[in-house]
Amino acid sequence: MTRYSRRTLLKGSAAFAGAAALGFPSIVSGQTDKIKIGHLTPLTGFLGALGAYAQLGMRMAEEEINAAGGIMGRQLEVMSEDSVNPATAATKSQRMLEQDGALVLMGEANSASALTIMQVATRNKRLFIQTGARSDALRGKNCNRYTFHTDIPNTVMVNTVGKALLRDNMVKDKKFFGLTADYIFGHDLLAAAKRFLAANQGNLIGDELIATDVTDFSPYLLKIRQAKPDVVCSNLAGNQVTTLIKQYAEFDLPYPIVGFNLNTADAWAAGEGNLAGIWPTVWYHTLEVPASQTFVANFTKKYGKPPENHAWIEYIAFKIIAQAMNETKSTDTDPLIAYFEKETQFDILKARKAYFRSWDHQLIQEAYTFSPKPKGHAKDKWDLIALGAAVPGTDEPMEVLNPTKEQNPCSL
Amino acid sequence: MQFGFLLEQVVNGLVLGGYYLLISLGLSLIFSVGGVVNLAHGAFYALGAYLSLEITRYLGFGAAVVVSPIAVAMLGILFERYILRRFYSADPILSLLVTFGLAMVAEQAIRIIWGASPLPASIPPAFRGSVIVGEFLFSRYRVMLLAVVAAVLLGVWLLLHKTSFGRVVRAGIQRPDMVAALGIRLQPYMTAIVMLGVGMAAMGGAFFAPITIVHPAMGSEIITVAFVVVVIGGLGSFWGVVIAALLVGVVRGITIHFVPAAGEASVYVLMFVVLLVRPRGLLGERIEKFE
Repeated sequence: MTRYSRRTLLKGSAAFAGAAALGFPSIVSGQTDKIKIGHLTPLTGFLGALGAYAQLGMRMAEEEINAAGGIMGRQLEVMSEDSVNPATAATKSQRMLEQDGALVLMGEANSASALTIMQVATRNKRLFIQTGARSDALRGKNCNRYTFHTDIPNTVMVNTVGKALLRDNMVKDKKFFGLTADYIFGHDLLAAAKRFLAANQGNLIGDELIATDVTDFSPYLLKIRQAKPDVVCSNLAGNQVTTLIKQYAEFDLPYPIVGFNLNTADAWAAGEGNLAGIWPTVWYHTLEVPASQTFVANFTKKYGKPPENHAWIEYIAFKIIAQAMNETKSTDTDPLIAYFEKETQFDILKARKAYFRSWDHQLIQEAYTFSPKPKGHAKDKWDLIALGAAVPGTDEPMEVLNPTKEQNPCSL
Repeated sequence: MQFGFLLEQVVNGLVLGGYYLLISLGLSLIFSVGGVVNLAHGAFYALGAYLSLEITRYLGFGAAVVVSPIAVAMLGILFERYILRRFYSADPILSLLVTFGLAMVAEQAIRIIWGASPLPASIPPAFRGSVIVGEFLFSRYRVMLLAVVAAVLLGVWLLLHKTSFGRVVRAGIQRPDMVAALGIRLQPYMTAIVMLGVGMAAMGGAFFAPITIVHPAMGSEIITVAFVVVVIGGLGSFWGVVIAALLVGVVRGITIHFVPAAGEASVYVLMFVVLLVRPRGLLGERIEKFE
């Protein structure tokens, strides 16, 4: 055998680890007659499953828009890539605008990557429809004129679950123990949770920051057992919530668990009998609204599985931008911003129509809570969840769940 | 009271270390005998998890944790025969390249076959719940897992130290030229070692599927920790890897107890310190071909 040094091996390993962190840009052909949109979403990493659904929803919207005659008679072409990480997301979005001819940027589910794309959009004075990242800061202190947000922000998720907790007397004088994702989204969600608990006399007695690559929660679960809280609350993100739910069920701790963020793809992956508690969602495929059910039926027919909430959000976001371009007869940034800022109403397959709030560019819409269905009540493996009624009720304006002007430092 | 809680974290860390061990021991054996850093090792772990889910559906969990590792070990024969074997005497950068590429291909293949979304898996009813011994809380499933790891460990130790097969393998690690001079071909032994190594990784995947998330990138998530354990333990040392795996589990648990945010970093700090003090790892032997 060849003689070689341990050092050579280690150097080689380090080089490959470095190479793994880089993205591989795809080759995109250039055509001028189409309306091009640059789409970025995480396809790998802890949010990868969500991005995969986002792409399916986006492709379905693209096909439907083109089948209906396109935008202003021109075909829509979406260039979609893995955003990988915040730095790569910024590089790719810049390239999409500069070299690939994208007129608008869309997508994302990772708050940190969304932030870097927002900066690219501002620098280039181009529109960015930020579809799936939920950090309050994106539509708060980091908000900008060129970005519009379609998913519900953290404060809405906390307030949605909070309403259910208040109804069940699970907040006042109760001890909460939090587990929080250690990046911008988690910190932001924790801040929203703290505001909610402080306003309703709940006590946060413990909070652990969890790195996004943690796959074993057992040491944290033992700490929760020591702390003896009344309620455990999860401020985690992506598929980490699934791991927590599984290991929480494994350790069989007696404290009820609730969470302020859980995507349905991650809830489905929890496995039978593991999911517990109350969670928020922006949309679920069992929602009993005719337009929503038509979308679900078409999606299921096309892909052989029901859409997850990120498939829905990409679908409605592309329908929104197509409607905006068709009605303004323009792909230019300023007329589109003006159109959205008029608080134009959009059908987003929910009972009530939605609109972008003019001063922070947040899509104001209904939200829901969900809980696991009792054992034996699920029709299939997608039907594990019972959706609660829309929040807020029809007697209240939809804005009540969102941060007020006093709470939100956004200045466009 | 504080001491009791700390002890609980230590014991829990040992259990976690046992699971790291299933992955790391094979990685270390393949590294020690063939001189190949198998960056595709995580892919076999992921494959073990996915296959176990499929088998559980038809034959139940008990059959899955046996059949899945055996099936992956069989795949290991092809892996060794048609890929690894070409690189034992080549520049190590080539084997790194090929195993790294294979890891990516495997991850994408899993994504194509089973989809990007994580798949559900649950602990079988018989092992659900926790047991409380004195002040300590244990997950019933992890106690079972620890017993399995101990049994596997004993089996591998007996194989390496009490059989003629083991004698050849250990000699092959130190002096492959001498083994060859005695007229023994190391290649069939290498095939067996790869089968054993990837089989153990698959077993780790099968047993961990019910308590972690089963998704295409699970292999690349585990490979870093497994590599760290091998480096800390030292090449060529069975007990080095065992001690390193347990140490990594315990250090992580204790760090999370005191400084939760540093939990993941503590493992790398441990590696750094060990390499400073003992560049060959805790119990690493001087292996001529690597010097």
